Amino acid sequence: MSVPFSAADTEAAMGDIVQGRSLWDDALRRLMRNRAAVISVVILFVIAVAAVIGPYFLAYDYSFQDYTVVSCAPDWWPDTTVMCNAGGTHWFGTDSIGRDLVARTLYGARVSLAVGLIATLVSLVIGVAYGAIAGYVGGRIDELMMRFVDVLYSIPYIFLVIILMVIFNRNFFLLFVAIGAVEWLTMARIVRGQTLSIKQKEFIEAARAGGVGAFGIITRHIIPNVFGPVVVYVTLTVPASILAESFLSFLGLGIQEPLTSWGVLISDGANQMETAPWMLLFPAAFMTVTLFCFNFIGDGLRDALDPKDR
Amino acid sequence: MLSYAIRRLLGAIPTLFIIVTVTFFMMRIAPGGPFDSQRRLPPEIEHNIEAAYDLDKPLYQQYFIYLGKLAHGDLGPSFKNKDFTVTELIADGLPVSAELGALAMSIAIVFGMALGTFAALNQNKFADHGVMSVAMVGITIPTFVMAPILTLIFGVYGVEIFGYDLSLPVGGWNGGALRNLILPVAVLSLGPIAVIARLTRGSMIEVLHSNYVRTARAKGLSNTMVVMRHALRAAVLPLISYLGPAIAGILTGSLIIEQIFGIPGIGRYFVQGALNRDYTLVMGVLIYYATFVILLNLLADILYAALDPRVRYAK
Amino acid sequence: MSSPILEVSNLNVRFSTPDGEVHAVKDASFTIGESECLGVVGESGSGKSQMFLATMGILSGNGKASGSVKYRGQELIGATDRQLNKLRGSKITMIFQDPLTCLTPHMTAGAQIVEALQVHTKLPRDEAEKRALEMLELVRIPEAKRRMRQYPHELSGGMRQRVMIAMATACGPDLLIADEPTTALDVTVQAQILEIMRDLKVELKTAIVLISHDMGVIAGVSDRVAVMRRGEIVETGPVDDIFYKPRHDYTKMLLDSMPRLDRPDRDGEARLPPPKSDQTVLEVRDLKVHFPVRGTGFFAKTKPLRAVDGVSFDLREGETLGIVGESGCGKSTLARAVLKLLPKTDGTVVWMTRDLNAISDSDQRRLRKELQIVFQDPLASLDPRRTIGESIAEPLRTLQPGLSRDAVRAKVRATMEQVGLDPAWLNRYPHEFSGGQNQRVGIARAMIVEPKLVICDEAVSALDVSIQSQIVDLILKLQTEFGMSMLFISHDLSVVRQISHRVMVLYLGRIVELADRETIYKDARHPYTKALISAVPVPDPKFERSKTHVKLTGDLPSPLDTRAQLNFLKSKLIDDPDAEQYRPALIEVTPGHYVAEHD
Repeated sequence: MSVPFSAADTEAAMGDIVQGRSLWDDALRRLMRNRAAVISVVILFVIAVAAVIGPYFLAYDYSFQDYTVVSCAPDWWPDTTVMCNAGGTHWFGTDSIGRDLVARTLYGARVSLAVGLIATLVSLVIGVAYGAIAGYVGGRIDELMMRFVDVLYSIPYIFLVIILMVIFNRNFFLLFVAIGAVEWLTMARIVRGQTLSIKQKEFIEAARAGGVGAFGIITRHIIPNVFGPVVVYVTLTVPASILAESFLSFLGLGIQEPLTSWGVLISDGANQMETAPWMLLFPAAFMTVTLFCFNFIGDGLRDALDPKDR
Repeated sequence: MLSYAIRRLLGAIPTLFIIVTVTFFMMRIAPGGPFDSQRRLPPEIEHNIEAAYDLDKPLYQQYFIYLGKLAHGDLGPSFKNKDFTVTELIADGLPVSAELGALAMSIAIVFGMALGTFAALNQNKFADHGVMSVAMVGITIPTFVMAPILTLIFGVYGVEIFGYDLSLPVGGWNGGALRNLILPVAVLSLGPIAVIARLTRGSMIEVLHSNYVRTARAKGLSNTMVVMRHALRAAVLPLISYLGPAIAGILTGSLIIEQIFGIPGIGRYFVQGALNRDYTLVMGVLIYYATFVILLNLLADILYAALDPRVRYAK
Repeated sequence: MSSPILEVSNLNVRFSTPDGEVHAVKDASFTIGESECLGVVGESGSGKSQMFLATMGILSGNGKASGSVKYRGQELIGATDRQLNKLRGSKITMIFQDPLTCLTPHMTAGAQIVEALQVHTKLPRDEAEKRALEMLELVRIPEAKRRMRQYPHELSGGMRQRVMIAMATACGPDLLIADEPTTALDVTVQAQILEIMRDLKVELKTAIVLISHDMGVIAGVSDRVAVMRRGEIVETGPVDDIFYKPRHDYTKMLLDSMPRLDRPDRDGEARLPPPKSDQTVLEVRDLKVHFPVRGTGFFAKTKPLRAVDGVSFDLREGETLGIVGESGCGKSTLARAVLKLLPKTDGTVVWMTRDLNAISDSDQRRLRKELQIVFQDPLASLDPRRTIGESIAEPLRTLQPGLSRDAVRAKVRATMEQVGLDPAWLNRYPHEFSGGQNQRVGIARAMIVEPKLVICDEAVSALDVSIQSQIVDLILKLQTEFGMSMLFISHDLSVVRQISHRVMVLYLGRIVELADRETIYKDARHPYTKALISAVPVPDPKFERSKTHVKLTGDLPSPLDTRAQLNFLKSKLIDDPDAEQYRPALIEVTPGHYVAEHD
């Protein structure tokens, strides 16, 4: 006859309460083993800190124009045929009206990261509320709500954002809202799908049999279980929002001078790349590295939360 | 199947109607108009121009006039490009945009699927990691960074390998000459290739682990036969659902690409039109894009049903 | 005995996983002779399937086999895919547990059989098709011609498994490996599939390996039996020796744990306590639960799916009523409707003189405290993100909000002890436990509010037999202690008989027979009950060989078809799918023994 609890006998003998490993603990452990994700977190942290406090320590303001160094390469630039070297502390060189590119890149980082985070927050709030309601209520209302999302999905949304930006004169704040209001569609779909599938799980029925009301079921059982996929999608929405802003800025529809973002800088740089490639390369490198980091973290989180052999 | 397609097409009409209505009023409510220019025109001339374009009538009348013309397929005259109707402008740019988009899409599908399948068959081996790293680059680096950088490398600096000049033209269309096509198509298809490769890999791995692939192997089929007959079709299904968003992505990308490479497609008209408040032109291009996306989504759904018998009968 | 077809010696299978290496099969050795049937029995995780996947060379990517497997002298371990592909599917074939996921969804049944034929024989297409059709007829698929052109999802579970068998036998194999071929099927369908396998052995002289967790299934078909436990073969021998003279303790334990239809009480274990009193606590009258189902087609109208269609019964204090039936009979829907987890369409449920239709919200809470449920899937019925302590405490917290934290904690600990869980595990999570332990958590969650009625919905069906018997003992012990009434729902008549005072047989949402547990077995009157009893495999080879099979042909009909309820009363049938049909009435043949009208 097999002994029923052989596995934990030794622990039980100690009499203390055994601390279990929650799914979150497990996921965190797996994430920490993912080298790309961990390195990405570190890099992102550095970039974020540099963006927030870096400008206070720089010799130049992001809008300060020094007409003695227009479109000058940094001193260490390997190509010696450039027109001029900026000298001093212009480590990334200067732009076409003599502004320091380190200051501008870091300031652009502020704006781009802010857009990414705020737009994601907007999409999170709308998407989770919409998706959870549709999924939990179900039936006709769900069908109607998701049909509406389908209709919006079939519109090439970036065109609407472009029109929006033109009409409202590149309102900084509206930009966040417009991008977030577009990204929520996918979030709503994910949350709804998750809610639907969790709603049918037996443990929800068990909670109902245990007398738990609708509010308790949503807060205690559905939201914690929907959380995982949402976190993954959030980490992927941030880079998508940064991209969307840069895209609009590149077309000249986003952030306005003298404010700047990575998109604006890349756009300026692309126009000057034949004569002053540093203007393109530094902002592009910063943005690309940031996007890489978010994508690696997103992938890492997905693998950690849903460990399949992939 | 046919009735389903017809139902879906009818269902697209309200969607288009909503798009037209919303954009029409959004553009008109906003301050500024197509004929605001630095030079003040004498009032009577301005009035004449506005009358010519029905801009003097109340907004709701303009709306119904526009709808009436639209129902006959008339997109109206362009406000800014004088002497041209919107239809003429679109007819001018559409073939260029279509060629660019179709090329990029086909390349993305073929390469993406091949790379994804290849990675899945070598799961967790070196080849897999290699393909997926490249895919990560493709997903992460946006078109408007990739385009200038590639231009810098191939166009400005020029590349020479074994004495062959591999430099490419920096821009222009040149009647769709191959050398002019390479860079824009490459940049445009890079993102979708990466996404498709990742999707294909994921679904292919799942299918290869499925019970029916095990059955097929137990039958004594060779690996090639297992993949081609049993796995590929099921692995392609998630791709088809991605087709709609992918096309939207290529359209978006083409706005940038046409601008950077100076290609005379309709994407450029859209951006310029939006900036110049050329109402009719923007609406015309938007209607074209929306119709296109809706049609392709419908096509994707039909294709899905054709490939998956379970959906075919449920619908 | 002639030389063996398959000779396995010192076979080892190892899997490399992120958590280390798993040694799934350890030094397994056995042989299979010409047209012999070897039964391989073992609980989940014993490595019985992996052993044969290794034989076929189709282990999953992270698995590795070593040792020797010889097919007619040819070594298979280490052979190339090209060599193996000559044997796989023609000489050695395999069928699997879940016939839905094992058939390629986008190929028709016919195409998949034809493919198997064309890979191994040079038959032209039309001949291969003819042969495929013959095979389908051989496995007694109804309307074989039409089935050829159907996709797997259009076939029922039983038919899919027949297609699998036809595909596996099309090339005339020497050896057919059947991996839990009937586990996913209903018991009457299982009986038909086993019948086909017995016939194949005789007609095609194919040797068969039958892998199963069910000693009853093994007893009916095998010539020899190998018992596996944790990767090792612990005992092999002729079927009668294994069943009547088991040598290994594990074999004895397996045989002891098996619920047997012919012996409702297992030796020396907890016994069913007598009902506490004659007082009726639950009164269900003409209960109906219908779901609207939209049909297919252009002008589809919604039809009611009559999941429960007029069920009436009483339950006494401390009594257990077993509810048994095959998939689609409405047994789970019935349980949920009684608990008001699902809205009912019609009928009344009276609990302790209170009509549950007309119950106020405050009463609803008291009601939840008195009526509890234990679910089938122990892992799915626990919130994965909450500790088992929180899950067990939840009903107590919501139903008795006045209790202090300490009181709740003390009660949780006490309940955990009662169900045989160490209270120190309070803060652990469900994924850290085995299925049996999680089911104890589920039982603790139901018992913590000291309910007067517990509904067990397939509460032991997902568990291995040895665990199953422990949980059955636990339920019996708790009932002796607390005297609650129970509705015990299961598809397994043997378990139901073990645990219930009375047994109710459901067929398509209606009762066909209701009697005490002795009568229902010894004096079954309804043809469906008889077929069900006959279909249940008994772990007794001699009994299985001698028993006469009362067979049902074909698969379970759809509960959407209103005509199906009259399958046993054809004389009253109106052959029109939309007609209002006669409902067979329940007749009390002897006191307490009710049988539905039948021809």
